[in-house]
Amino acid sequence: MRNLMNITDLSMEEIQSLITTAEDIIANPVKYRDACKYKKLATLFFEPSTRTRLSFEAAMYELGGSVIGFSEASSSSAAKGESVADTVRTVGCYADVIAMRHPKEGAPLVASRKAGVPVINAGDGGHNHPTQTLADLLTIWRKKKTFENLTIGLCGDLKFGRTVHSLVVAMARYAGVKFIFISPEELRIPRYILTDTLDPAGIPYEEVSSMEEAMPKLDVLYMTRVQRERFFNEADYIRLKDTYILTPDKLSNAREDLVIMHPLPRVNEISVAVDDDPRACYFEQVKNGKYMRMALILKLLEVNV
Amino acid sequence: MIIGQIKDGIVLDHITAGKGMEIYNILGLSKLNCTVAMIEKAESPKMGKKDIIKIGQVMDINFDVLGYIDPGITVNIIRDGKVAERRQMSLPDRVVGVLKCKNPRCITSTEQELVHEFRLTDRAHKVYRCIYCEQRAK
Repeated sequence: MRNLMNITDLSMEEIQSLITTAEDIIANPVKYRDACKYKKLATLFFEPSTRTRLSFEAAMYELGGSVIGFSEASSSSAAKGESVADTVRTVGCYADVIAMRHPKEGAPLVASRKAGVPVINAGDGGHNHPTQTLADLLTIWRKKKTFENLTIGLCGDLKFGRTVHSLVVAMARYAGVKFIFISPEELRIPRYILTDTLDPAGIPYEEVSSMEEAMPKLDVLYMTRVQRERFFNEADYIRLKDTYILTPDKLSNAREDLVIMHPLPRVNEISVAVDDDPRACYFEQVKNGKYMRMALILKLLEVNV
Repeated sequence: MIIGQIKDGIVLDHITAGKGMEIYNILGLSKLNCTVAMIEKAESPKMGKKDIIKIGQVMDINFDVLGYIDPGITVNIIRDGKVAERRQMSLPDRVVGVLKCKNPRCITSTEQELVHEFRLTDRAHKVYRCIYCEQRAK
């Protein structure tokens, strides 16, 4: 029985196989509409999330399955003090697969050891969010048809952004990949990502503070939000906030085939004027998330279509 | 200084000088009902100075803990006055129930019954990370 806690739980071959399945689902949705008939997905969301939960639910419905679960801890037995282990043991008696979001890091791993059915980490605090990375990977693949020899710019809050960390670790496995980390000093990529993942493998990267400087080199630009509460003082936030807002002007020296991504929700870090740019892929990314979650559910339930 | 030979027991040799007391405490040797000798800063041709612990009975030892604290230790099991078994410690792949994760965002901080578990992620730099949240052990 397989679980998904971290994007690196999947080999490169398995990721490629999920992408193949997702692309087949996109091309032939009817073929999959009863693939999970009579199967149940439990969405255990101990903290609120709109997009991820709806994506999982839409994925299961499109596979012909059904969904049970809760969308906040207050409506679960956790509010009565029940442990994660006991909750999932119970849910494992009802569901065939579990998608779990929890504010505490490692909670889905605890669940995976007790549930008796496959568990998918749908986000555990600031730690991992592997299905977002699967959405990101499918988006890159559909635009570039390769993961190799790409220069990937990640911009904004690189310190606390779990989607950034997972994407870097996932992409670092492919040959010829380069990273450009674009962030204010306060929100630089954590040192351990560099020392544990990039440096030992000799993967080239740059850390810069200017988006314009990096723009012409990029194949992919992954935007994230710079949040006011991450700054130590208001003056620094005001000084820097507009630097990391993507506008049509800042794209003037970008490549024609740049892929602009964002894990969403967006606040103001991508101007709505960019939405109509054919290089803007963040809403496709949302759709791709559903397809990859469908492919993942099929894999974990060992359903062959 | 003369410390007698032991007939049946354990000799922990090649302990890094200064770590003997830590190992004594972690293995709970003060609770044993037998002779335990703790030798600090003994001369060693290989190490310069080393600590040695002699335990006057054979007991179960958590080798993972020993290997984590001081991977250079040699464990000699003595039976009938002879070395019956010699084990060279090394950094264990996992350390279970010894280290505590200090990350307040980790699930171990709220679910008290969970056993804290760390895995070795970088042997060269002796880096252990919590299996739940990947926080580095300190």
